[in-house]
Parts: sequence; structure tokens; C-alpha cells
Amino acid sequence: MADSKRKVLIADDEPNIVTALEFLLKRSGYDVRVVTNGVDALALVESYLPDVVLLDIMMPVKSGYEVCQRMRERPEWRHIKIVMLSAKGREAEVSKGMSLGADLYITKPFSTQELINAINAFFDPDTASRDA
Amino acid sequence: MKLARSFWVWLAVAYAGVLVVVAAFALVASAGIDEAQRPAIAGTLAAAAPGLIYAAIILLFVCAGILRWVFRRYPEAARQLAEQTRVLLAAGPEHKVAAVGGPEMVELAATINQFADGYHQLERDLDARSADARARVEEERNRFAALMSELSEGVVVCNADGRILLYNARAAKLVGSAESGPARGDYAPLGLGRSVFGLLDRDQVAHALDKVQQQIERKVERPHTRFVTGAANGALLRVQVAPFLSADRRMAGMVFTLDDVRMLMGREGQRLKLLQALATGVRAPVANLRAAAENLVAFPEMEVPRRAQFVEIVAAESRVLTERLNAALSDYADALKGSLTLEDMRVVDLLAVVQRRVADNVAIPAHTENVDEELWVRVDSFAFAQAIASLAVRLSADYGIRDLRFRAAASGNFAELDMVWTGAIVGSEALALWETEPMRIGADESPLTLKDVLDRHGGEIWSQADRPRQKAWFRVLLPLGEPVAAAVPRPSAPDNRPEYYDFDLFEHIETTGALAERRLADLSYTVFDTETTGLEPSAGDEIISIGAVRIVNGRLLKNEVFEQLVDPLRPIARDATRIHGIDSRALAGQPPIGKVLPGFHRFCEDTVLVAHNAAFDMRFLELKEAATGVRFAQPVLDTLLLSAVVHPSFENHNLDTIAERLGVRVIGRHTALGDALVTGEVFLKLLPLLAQRGIVTLGQALEASRATYHARLQY
Repeated sequence: MADSKRKVLIADDEPNIVTALEFLLKRSGYDVRVVTNGVDALALVESYLPDVVLLDIMMPVKSGYEVCQRMRERPEWRHIKIVMLSAKGREAEVSKGMSLGADLYITKPFSTQELINAINAFFDPDTASRDA
Repeated sequence: MKLARSFWVWLAVAYAGVLVVVAAFALVASAGIDEAQRPAIAGTLAAAAPGLIYAAIILLFVCAGILRWVFRRYPEAARQLAEQTRVLLAAGPEHKVAAVGGPEMVELAATINQFADGYHQLERDLDARSADARARVEEERNRFAALMSELSEGVVVCNADGRILLYNARAAKLVGSAESGPARGDYAPLGLGRSVFGLLDRDQVAHALDKVQQQIERKVERPHTRFVTGAANGALLRVQVAPFLSADRRMAGMVFTLDDVRMLMGREGQRLKLLQALATGVRAPVANLRAAAENLVAFPEMEVPRRAQFVEIVAAESRVLTERLNAALSDYADALKGSLTLEDMRVVDLLAVVQRRVADNVAIPAHTENVDEELWVRVDSFAFAQAIASLAVRLSADYGIRDLRFRAAASGNFAELDMVWTGAIVGSEALALWETEPMRIGADESPLTLKDVLDRHGGEIWSQADRPRQKAWFRVLLPLGEPVAAAVPRPSAPDNRPEYYDFDLFEHIETTGALAERRLADLSYTVFDTETTGLEPSAGDEIISIGAVRIVNGRLLKNEVFEQLVDPLRPIARDATRIHGIDSRALAGQPPIGKVLPGFHRFCEDTVLVAHNAAFDMRFLELKEAATGVRFAQPVLDTLLLSAVVHPSFENHNLDTIAERLGVRVIGRHTALGDALVTGEVFLKLLPLLAQRGIVTLGQALEASRATYHARLQY
């Protein structure tokens, strides 16, 4: 696992949640990069080719919805898992995110442990509750 | 004459009778006379012949005299009495039968007079009772009109055919008036006698009626249904339909209750928005807080700087969270403040509400003293009572106050309401604190403070005391209100009564026969007039104003009018301006004719057009047909021609002259609507005159107009 760390890109403009998630994901054995807006997110997806993208919806420049949509237009990125993180919890918004191609939609506030479990489950469905 | 003849007949009979008696007497007497004496007696008789003739004549006069006397006292007196009695029936109670003739006739006259008095008394009683009944009906009509106009919902009532019998001002506002323009081209304006199917979406109304009909058949207790639909002015209406049933449970008509959904949604939406803003606003900080906290819990061994970083995140996010919650609560309070509704209310009534609220929440007696009955304030009574009750709770809990009295008096533009108690004095610092804390009564805490409530009223509160007497009070200032007139009875001149309903239309059954055979009295009319830039439509003159009013069921509906200025897009002749007083400046910004005609066409729908010198106005409308696609195909009656029909001997039939001839008061002439109103009244006066000439159907009126028109042309 050490030489082939799974790569996670966190795209969120809230530094406090980013700090906590970055810390947690690194502790869980992931390679983590952080961006704070949608344009940088797309650029880094291109160069970094993450396995998972954590996308905040309300980001400056380009919204999470838009980033998700752009990503799903590229067949070569189809394998990248997209987790949407949002303070918007209306059913319509969840449905919109999933329709645009997200694999998971998580409404803030959420349990960090459950998030890690969900990310782990993308790669190892049988051991979904791998301990961090 | 008859008397004279019968007198002479009776005289002849009586005189002949007397003569017969005398002759018979002479015959009997002569039978007992000797033969020898006869010549002597005959000689004596012959000598006395002239005297006998005189005696016979005198006898005749005596007979005539006696008969005359008897005739005067009885048959003649009886005839006079009969004549007088006939007059008596027609004349007023002050008229009396004069005593004539013999004593029996005098007695009869007295009896007749007595009888007449009784009759007139009865008549007076009946008049009084019917006047009373009329007044009651009038009062009920006014009360009803007032009630209808004050409902906050729109109400439209129609008969089983969908013909509108009643509506209130709110309904007219909700569905949009004719003047509001062609926002939704397929809707007709609201009006008495019009069809409700044209007013609201036809399919939805029909569907609603089907549903109601089914409920009636299933014997549902209170059949009704609801739907939401758009109105002519673009409003979104929530419509409730309920039938009213005849004795045999058949649908006799329908009541439509209308609400503006957008407004309702606005109020509800405001609350929803606040809730959403709150939810969205706290999600992110709580997420950050939770993530940091969970890390702290999950990794107790983490290095110190990292731990400090997470602790700082927890502290910072907690602060953000607090701010967001405060902001949301403050928004909520603002929204609540905005929703306080101030109403004019008698202080006596307000204090009664306050007393009840205090009594419900604090176990201390509260009384009212010295309150002017005529003192009114503008207040949200619910919020105010809550504020005072919360003060009472504090006084009782913090200061042990055991009695409360309320008094009130006017002071400038305010009413001073005092809340008085005996005992401890509450300092202004304490009151200032109470003012800014949320009002609390028992477990109920309002998001509003006393200050919020007072601010909303533009009021104030302070504490005062009469130390020697150990009395203290809070004085509250509330703005004075306007006395609200009692809802009934509202005196109103018949002319001012809203003509929003006409129950005679209830029984109005649409005849299916051809229009020409329909009676003039049964038809609905649009009486209209136009003002123009000049007199020659074919030379480019244009309409600058249209005014119209409807006649339904023989009534001129002065509330259902169409009045619109029109930009002619060309200059106005100075002569024309002199007549109607409209110049180009007045027309700047008004819609052009193409925008106005569709609305006017809808206003005229299903009616016969009436105008004075209609040919002139119709020519202007016809010339616009090609450009606007609006065609006025309905029959047209011309009051000028109809006047010539009923008054052929008069030469002048201009509007002022015929109005004067028919006793119509002329007001507001030379505005399109003013002229239309006068024309309408003239038309209504012409109808009975036409009927006198046997012209009762539309076809007959059109035919008579045509004939007169040709006659006038030939002349």
C-alpha cells in the first residue's frame, strides 16, 4: 500500500474542514492534495489523476456541480470516484448531484469516520469498515 | 237626466191616480142622484167648470211638489251618496261624505263615513307595514353590501347556468378588471350577468362542477372542491367552489371563493426561507466543528501543534455557529415584527383582552378603571396583550405584586395606558432590562421583546410612581386609532350602493331563440361612446378615448365600466380638444388602439351595442378591423334613431335634447364614459316608450330604426 497509495483530491474553500479531512485521510493512508476552487480542481484532476475527489458544491469560480459535470464528460476520468460534500441538504440538490455523476452525496455535517469508511468501500467493498 | 225622467213618470202616475180617485168618487156620488135633479146639477157643474179645471191644475202642482220633496230626500240623496262614496274610495281619509236627504239617509251617510275611516286606517296600517318591510329589506341589502365589501376573500356567486349574480370588490380586484389590459386574451372581465366560465379557466370550472355534482349525488354533507388557476391579470388564484342547493337538492347555483395564492405563499415562503437559511447557514460550521472534534477524539496521541490547531478550529467554528444562530433568530423576529398587524380597536376592548390574558397567566386580580369608551388605539392586540401579561408575570414573580389596575386616557396623538399597582416601585433600569429580553409567560418564550412590540406600534413605555401613596405604574403609549364604524347599518344613498349583485338574474333563463326575437327588456347591452381627434375617420381621424357601461336586466351597472384613453399616434384637431378637453399631453404614454380594442371587445362580449349616433362610432371601429383583427359583429342600437322612432314629430334628437326631453339628468358630458352613462339612461327611458308603440323585440327595434333612418335620409 505504501508505494501505491490511493490518491484523494479535496476541493473545498472551507480551510477548517480541509484541515480536518486532510489530517484524517493522511492518517488513513491516503495521498492527499487540496484545492480551494473549481478551476484548480479540474486542473489538478488532469495532472494528479486522483482516485477520489471530495467536491464541495459551493466553491468560488466553478461550483462543485460544474466540476462534476466536466469530469464526467471525460471518458478517461470515468473511474475517478466523486464524493459531493454539501451544506445544501434538499432532496432536489442531492438528486441533482447524483444525476450529474457523483458516486456519493454527503450532507454537512457528517461523521468523518463514515466518510472514511465510504471512501475505503470504493476500493475494497468487502471490508467497508476497515479501521482508520 | 235619469232622475228627471223618472220624476216625470212618477208625477204622471201619481196625478193620474189622483184623477182616477176623484172620477171614481164623482161616479159613485152621481149614482145616488134623482133623475129630476140631474139637469140642475149638470147646469151647476157646467157653471163651475173653469173652477174645476183650476182645481185640477192646482192638484197637479201639489202632486209635483210632494213628489219633488220625496225625491230630494231619498232617491236623489241615495244617488249623491253613491257618488260621494266612490270619491271617498279614491280620495284621502280627510274626505267625508256630506249628509243629504232624509234622516235615514243622514244615518246612512254617517255609517259610510265610519266605514271609510276604518278603511283608511287599515290602509295606513298596511302602508306603514310595507314601508317598514321595505326599510328592513333596504337595511339588509346595505348590511349585505357592507359585509361583502369587507370580506378579505373574493366571492363570486352564480346561478346554475354559471351566470354571475353577485361579486364583491375583492373578487373584482383578484381577477383583474377590464382595464387591466389584454394580459390574458381569452378571459372576459367580471360582471353581473356574465358567465363565470369566461372569468376563470373554463375546463377547470367545468371539472370542479362535475366533482361537486358527483358529491351531491353521493349525498356528501357539504359538497365542495378546490382548484388553483390563473386570472386575467396574471394572478394565481386558489378557488373554492361550493354549490347551494334547492329544496329538492338540485344545484341552484355556486359560490366561488377566491384567494391570491401568491400572497399566501409569500407569507408561508418567508417562514420557509428563514428555516432554509438557518439550516444551510449552520451546516458548514457544524461540519467543521464535528470533523475537528472527531479527529481530536479519534487520535488522542496526535502531536501538540496539531491538537492546538483542531482546538482552535472548534473554538472558531463555535463562534461562527453562534453568530449564524443569532442572525437567524433576529431575522425571524424581524419577520414576526413585520407580521404584527395593527388594527383599530376600542381601548375598553383591548383592556378586556389584556385582563383575560393576565388572569390566565398570573393569579392576581386585574381591574379596569377610568377608561373613556370612545378611546381608540391602533394595536396588534395579541402581541400587546402578551407584552402586558409578561410584565404582569415579572411584577408578580420579582416584586410580589398582588393587584393590578388598568386605566387609559388620550394624550395628543397617543393613548396613555397605565398599568397600576400598589407596593414596590420598579426602577427604570429594571424596566429597561425587561424591555430587551424576550417576553416570557410560563414556559412560552416569544422571539419578540417588549421593545420589539412597542417599536412596531411606534410606542413607548416608562415607569412612574406616587411614592407617598405607595403607588407605581408603567405608562405605555400607543398610537390613537380611528373609530371603526359599526358594520351596520351603514346609511348610503341608493346611488352609492355597490351594484355588485342582482338576484333577479337568478330566474333569468337564457332564451335559445334567435337574438332578433328576444325581448329588449331581457337583453344585456354595452352602451359606449368614443372621443376622437376629429370627425372624419376615413381622413385619418382616430379614437382617443373609449367609455362604456353595461346594462344587465334593465339596470345600468355604473360599477361595471370601461374607460380608457388611447394614444392616437397623431395630432389632435384644436376644435376637437375644445369639445372633449383632451390634448396630446394627456395621451402620452397611453396604449395605442390596437392594444385597447381587444380588451374593449371582451368587455362587450355577449351584449348588444348601444351608442348615440352609433354610425359615427362604429365607422371608427370598423376601420380598425383589418389592423387589429377585432371585429364588433354584434347588433347595434342607436339612441338617436330610437328617439326619432318614439318622437317622430320632434326634429332635434341630439343627446342633450333627448336627455332633457326624457328627464335624464346630464352630468359629465363630453367624456366618453360620461356620454356613455347619459346614453345608457336615455336608452332605458326609451324602452317603455318603444313598448307603447309595440316595439318589444330587438328585431322590431332594429327594423323601426332602419325605417326611421331611411325616412330621415329622404327628408
